[in-house]
Amino acid sequence: MSEFALKTSLPEYLRVEQARIQRFAAEAGLDFFPIVFEILSYDQMNEIAAYGGFPNRYPHWRFGMEYERLAKSYEYGLSKIYEMVINNNPSYAYLLEGNSLVDQKLVMSHVCAHVDFFKNNFCFRSTDLDAGGHTTSPAVRPAGYDPNRRWIDKMANHGSRIRRHVGRIGIGKVEEFIDHCLSLENLIDPHAPFGGRRAQPGPDSDAVATEVPRLRSKDYMESYINPAEFLDQQRRKMEAERDKERKFPARSERDVLGFLLEHAPLERWEHEVLEVIRDEAMYFVPQMQTKIMNEGWATYWHSKLMTEKVLDASEIIDYADNAAGVLASSGGRINPYKLGVELYRNIEERWDRGQFGKQWEDCDSAAEKHHWNQRLGLGKQKIFEVRALYNDVTFIDEFLTPEFAAEQKLFSFDWSKRNERYEIATREFRAVKEKLLAQLTNAGNPLIYVEDANFDNRGELMLRHDHQGVDLRADYAKEVMRSLARVWKRPVCLATVVETKPALTRFDGKEHSSKAYKAG
Amino acid sequence: MSLKIDQDHSRFRQIVRGKIRDNLRKYISQGEMIGRKGKDQVSIPIPHIDIPHFRFADKQQGGAGQGAGDVGESVGGEEGEGEASGKKAGEGAGEHALEVDVTLDELAAILGEELELPDIQNKGKSKLVNEKDRYTGIRRVGPESLRHFRRTYREALKRTISLGGYSADRPMIVPIRDDKRYRAWRTQPEPIANAVIIYMMDVSGSMGDEQKEIVRIESFWLDAWLQRQYKGLESRFIVHDATAREVDRDTFFRTRESGGTMISSAYKLCAQLIDQNYPSGEWNIYPFHFSDGDNWSMDDTLSCIDILKQRILPHANMFAYGQVESPYGSGQFIKDLRDHFPKDDRVVVSEIKDKDAITGSIKEFLGKGR
Repeated sequence: MSEFALKTSLPEYLRVEQARIQRFAAEAGLDFFPIVFEILSYDQMNEIAAYGGFPNRYPHWRFGMEYERLAKSYEYGLSKIYEMVINNNPSYAYLLEGNSLVDQKLVMSHVCAHVDFFKNNFCFRSTDLDAGGHTTSPAVRPAGYDPNRRWIDKMANHGSRIRRHVGRIGIGKVEEFIDHCLSLENLIDPHAPFGGRRAQPGPDSDAVATEVPRLRSKDYMESYINPAEFLDQQRRKMEAERDKERKFPARSERDVLGFLLEHAPLERWEHEVLEVIRDEAMYFVPQMQTKIMNEGWATYWHSKLMTEKVLDASEIIDYADNAAGVLASSGGRINPYKLGVELYRNIEERWDRGQFGKQWEDCDSAAEKHHWNQRLGLGKQKIFEVRALYNDVTFIDEFLTPEFAAEQKLFSFDWSKRNERYEIATREFRAVKEKLLAQLTNAGNPLIYVEDANFDNRGELMLRHDHQGVDLRADYAKEVMRSLARVWKRPVCLATVVETKPALTRFDGKEHSSKAYKAG
Repeated sequence: MSLKIDQDHSRFRQIVRGKIRDNLRKYISQGEMIGRKGKDQVSIPIPHIDIPHFRFADKQQGGAGQGAGDVGESVGGEEGEGEASGKKAGEGAGEHALEVDVTLDELAAILGEELELPDIQNKGKSKLVNEKDRYTGIRRVGPESLRHFRRTYREALKRTISLGGYSADRPMIVPIRDDKRYRAWRTQPEPIANAVIIYMMDVSGSMGDEQKEIVRIESFWLDAWLQRQYKGLESRFIVHDATAREVDRDTFFRTRESGGTMISSAYKLCAQLIDQNYPSGEWNIYPFHFSDGDNWSMDDTLSCIDILKQRILPHANMFAYGQVESPYGSGQFIKDLRDHFPKDDRVVVSEIKDKDAITGSIKEFLGKGR
């Protein structure tokens, strides 16, 4: 490790650049954690990228697979990684050895904005390790905000915890269990860290005392006709009866992994593995929730800093060339860099010109709207506010306008059975926005809840898929059921909808079955 | 430079090899693995391993995209490339094909595992394979007798220093379990014997391109397997119709003759080759003959049997006859061989109906481990 660290320190000329760029960024109002830049050779870069940006992870083949893919595509000149930055305090960012100076400057500017985003966007508050996993009000920050986000250390600790189990019981067994856990890693509640501490049901949570029916009696006969021991006995019996009927969990639980951690009969090592997977999945949640915003923000700032401050005239062509590559949209796919940066610029312009509020909404004249300019100059302030208080879903929901969607040539597509291909379905604003929001919601994952941990009174786990028009992919769902059964160690069921019919699929440890189901 | 990820990478490769195992039959019969690249690398496209999650059925979902095009036009303009263009914004999900390089040696190992081929039993001339254990590395678990004192000490020292417990005045180091390092070894087989494969093929008019393709694929795998078993494997090639001649590999697979079939001519040439070049005391000899089984006459068949008995079988490890099915051949020869060598282990015959039968016939040929 020491050797590694020595070789990666930044050379003098880049350190000078870093100081210069950070000064410009701070002057422009960006507020970031300290940033440590390291310079890596391409195979070190590929390794770290394969580990998701971290120098140390737990042992697992998929990192190797990712490494092979990255290494191959680099060796064949298909793609290379320019920039990588970790949400950590201090933040670590990596530069690729041998990139041109213009590229390195671009990456540094880009990284400054990312780190500003990590520090200021509310979603990332869930990665504050000193919040104990619970942040009640993400928008409110303590003065002198300097959270503990030493995720590099935490991930390395995960690695050594899992390695210890590997040393004890063998890589095969541990890796197989990790595979199962990874199949479940998207079954988490992204909002869990903001929910406050879960209320622990006290001994008398529903305080209604159980009323035991008594036989009617005269006062003086009461203790003979309804003796106290008998009443107590009856009360216990009725309470036991009621407990049996009470559903567990009482309310649908979206944090399936958290639920399994608390209630599945896991061995200690299994518990530890599952915990690691859940913690890491939670770490990556904010990055998935803010892909468009985060990349857009970084692109907005690198282009601003680069063209206004950092570059000299001789470098501008190289820069433009590179920027064009980053912002290109190809194959009809949405490029988050492009959509993000354009939307920020659009917001900035609208708030500079006062194109918002009731007056603007009520205006029917296109000509008037076109020349609308109240010279408010609120744009800068607005985008800083947006970067702190929105995520992709709310960002698109609130700021996507019909004019903007048309300008960006957004469309929605559907699978055409007849032509066996994806076809552009429409460019109508409402439909496009709906599709876009649908694919951003829950990071594109289906909504799955724990419904009953004692289904049919047989200790089976029942999950419910909140079906919103799209079925689950059947073959994958079967595999995931298998993994669930491995963790729960009893049969598992899933209530979903298959081709418009409600269905209950079940895996009993050996076989899959499915039957029609009517939700009670 | 060695990287931390090497371990994960090699595990992935092992899994990929497991994946290939499932698809192996299909690959062989389609002949997809034949292309040799560079020295002895074969490249195989294999799917990316996707960890299953609860996710939406792709085709129902659709999505939002960006770019030019009219309603009803294909997204991204690529016909049939829906999978690629249907990816969600900013997410790399989808199916990637991944090129994996597998060395020929690895391929043969996979083949061997898949078909449960036994390692070849030597016919007693010289020891076939030396296994040698080499200490090649260090690992964290192992028997105490292999404890690597210096490395263990170094780990313990590192830990003590980093915990601040080291004092130069009283340099006491107490290793705990996590500090211990052990020597790790690897068993390496060292093939030492020599072997020769003599391929004979009937190129008479009744052998068509399809039949030859089958022979080509089969001989590739035979080569690969025997190559793994023997150091210094040689291949010789004989084609025959009514007369036989020795050719090089290329010609072997290309020649197309017409005319009749005298199998004995090939066997004679084969016996001659063995006599002249491959004294059976030093060589493991594998004659493989492929034909559609339509010999010229019963007399010739009898003289074939005679040559086999007198001149080939005493020297060879085994004699293999593969009969491919052709619309013209009578397929009589395989029956004759079966009649004359009903109990002889050294003669292996196999009928290869089509490409799918190749794996089966390889197993028949090599399954005895001779």
